[in-house]
Amino acid sequence: MTAVKQLVKGLAEQHGRNEESLLPILQGIVSQEQHISEDAMVEVARELNISAAQVYGTATFYSFLHTKPLGKFVIRVCKTITCMMHGKNQIIKELETVLKINLGETTHDGKFTLLETNCLGQCHKGPAMLINDKPYTQLTPEKVREIIMMYRHEEVRAN
Amino acid sequence: MAEKINLKIDNIAVNIDEGSTILEAAQKINIRIPTLCYHEDLCVAGNCRVCMVEQVGSDRLIPSCAMPVSEGMEIMTNSLKVRSARKQVVELLVSEHRAECTRCYKNGKCELQDLSSEYIVGENGYIDLIPLKGYSIDNFSPSIIKDDSKCIRCQRCVRTCNELQNIGALSVAYKGEHMKISSFYEKPMYEVVCTNCGQCINRCPTGALTEKTYFDEVWSALNSEKKHVVVQTAPAVRIALGEALGMPVGEIVTGKLVAALRRLGFNSVLDTDFTADLTIIEEGNELLQRLKKVLVDGDTSVKLPLTTSCSPGWVKFIEHAFPEYLENVSTAKSPQQMFGALAKTFYAKKIGVEPENMVSISVMPCTAKKYEADRPEMRSSGYKDVDYVLTTRELALMIKQAGIDFSSLPDDEYDSIMGESSGAAVIFGATGGVMEAALRTAYEVVTGREVPFKNLNITAVRGMEDVKEATIKIENVLPEWSFLEGAELKTCVAHGLSNAKKVMEAVRDGKAEYHFIEIMACPGGCLGGGGQPIPTSLAIRKQRSKAIYEEDSLKPIRKSHENPEVIHIYEEFLKEPLGEKSHELLHTHYTKRNRY
Repeated sequence: MTAVKQLVKGLAEQHGRNEESLLPILQGIVSQEQHISEDAMVEVARELNISAAQVYGTATFYSFLHTKPLGKFVIRVCKTITCMMHGKNQIIKELETVLKINLGETTHDGKFTLLETNCLGQCHKGPAMLINDKPYTQLTPEKVREIIMMYRHEEVRAN
Repeated sequence: MAEKINLKIDNIAVNIDEGSTILEAAQKINIRIPTLCYHEDLCVAGNCRVCMVEQVGSDRLIPSCAMPVSEGMEIMTNSLKVRSARKQVVELLVSEHRAECTRCYKNGKCELQDLSSEYIVGENGYIDLIPLKGYSIDNFSPSIIKDDSKCIRCQRCVRTCNELQNIGALSVAYKGEHMKISSFYEKPMYEVVCTNCGQCINRCPTGALTEKTYFDEVWSALNSEKKHVVVQTAPAVRIALGEALGMPVGEIVTGKLVAALRRLGFNSVLDTDFTADLTIIEEGNELLQRLKKVLVDGDTSVKLPLTTSCSPGWVKFIEHAFPEYLENVSTAKSPQQMFGALAKTFYAKKIGVEPENMVSISVMPCTAKKYEADRPEMRSSGYKDVDYVLTTRELALMIKQAGIDFSSLPDDEYDSIMGESSGAAVIFGATGGVMEAALRTAYEVVTGREVPFKNLNITAVRGMEDVKEATIKIENVLPEWSFLEGAELKTCVAHGLSNAKKVMEAVRDGKAEYHFIEIMACPGGCLGGGGQPIPTSLAIRKQRSKAIYEEDSLKPIRKSHENPEVIHIYEEFLKEPLGEKSHELLHTHYTKRNRY
């Protein structure tokens, strides 16, 4: 049995094999593997006896269920109107310069992925972004540089 | 009995069962509320918002397809507010629809186009969003073209694939402005579990899902002097073609069909019904042989129940969903492919045409037949056995293009040989038909007597119920079939793949025991096939079914084994059922396929 098969089987045993088990299983895969691969989706479909397209449809509906491999740190900059008016475009430009990638891309070392997201509920403190689960608000280009430096340092120390 | 509800629609009083929708109440008094996502074969979706109506005393408009009636309701279907909302909804839908109507295969048959023409949208419409979205067109399947740029996301196809067929090849992926109808991982349709049944095509209101057409290739063949073009017509075409050419539903047009094909320039106009009779001989004998091997020889390698193999949608479905049951599928090819294999061998020799100069065309109620003809196994003659498959709709278009006034055509007769058929072959087009035809022959082979039903009509296997079961007791058999004396032959008939799945799951779980199962992929059988005229509904399918059984009862020969041309081909060419020649040309094998 492959590792993916094992993982999905374990999650199905934990959450059940009903249609409503689909989301917790997908979340379980993301927390283990960070993204849901094609093989994993086929396995989920097999375990729950539903169509693979349905698994794909559910996985692609939710922004936090990744269907593509992402970097270790996923940066999501709020794209909605308040953050936009507070200068989110400059924030993105700065991130692109610091990370040397374009929006939607992942750095070569696999550390950072830069994405846009819908409202983070931080309109009073815009512009805002998330790095993995941690929110950062009232961003300025300078603050963004510091945050990224901090993540890079932590990485170096951790290794 | 359901309680009755009184309401008023456009100031006309309506009395209707509780639980009915406003849309149904309006239909009852002949008020047409436009719809797009609504389809009577499917569950309510309520997502297109075209059917919005106004309730007196309420500010908000309500979707009439999804809202149940309530006592004292007053509904306006044509107020200024409703009309302007409806127009805006249509304009918004059109702004996301690649409206290249003059070049579209669905031109003139598109529900969105009809609505646009009623509301004259376009002049002050919204920004055209098509250039801004990276739409893709999946043109790779031999059967189905999926063009996302014409999709209005009404999800009729998704509901069809999930509810009627229980395949789920299509699903809704992503959300908001990125929402799209997608296969697994957005793979091309030919790579996924899609069975090519075409039921989604029958229900798509626009040109987003259409069959791949081959009429241009057929016109080229017809206009080539070197080519001898042979055409075969499936049983269900002759009772539905008229619909696509302005005739009433359920009209039998066999004679006109033959006349039209001749006018179009086909050199030999022959009948799939002939090979339907042949299928019965081969498949019926296969059933009896399997029964003998299991009951007398105790051969464990032979599998029962035997299932039919005429429906290529069903065959692909079982290859994906129940590969462990592939040995239960009859090895007999479908009538289309038996015909193709014989056309370029037996028939070509008979009329003195080199098979490489023969072009073999079939007219089918089916989109999966296009895929079937493309299968690598279907080249028994040494050539592609069936070169091009046309749907009923494509043939109707060719007849229009040729300027033929179809309804005034005189009746004509099929060519011979391979043009004669029995009533048993005609009913292949309806669910239960193959079963009935097989029983008419198999019973007689075993007992020497006709099946014990009035006028040979085995009504237990007819009709539109999801799954039908019939048990036939076999008594006073001929000496060589003595092992079947007193046996009860248990049969099952299912149509629509969701019903097929139920039957196969019951067989797998040991909850049902059958000897012979007939499965047709499409609701109602071939008469409701994915290549048939649009629209489709239960009422339409019942009309077509009635026509098929009428055609059967009018035939002088009602049993496959009495078809003189079938007797002739065994004497002259095939020698015996399940014989060497049969195995070479008329039987095939199946392939296990993946799960997505």
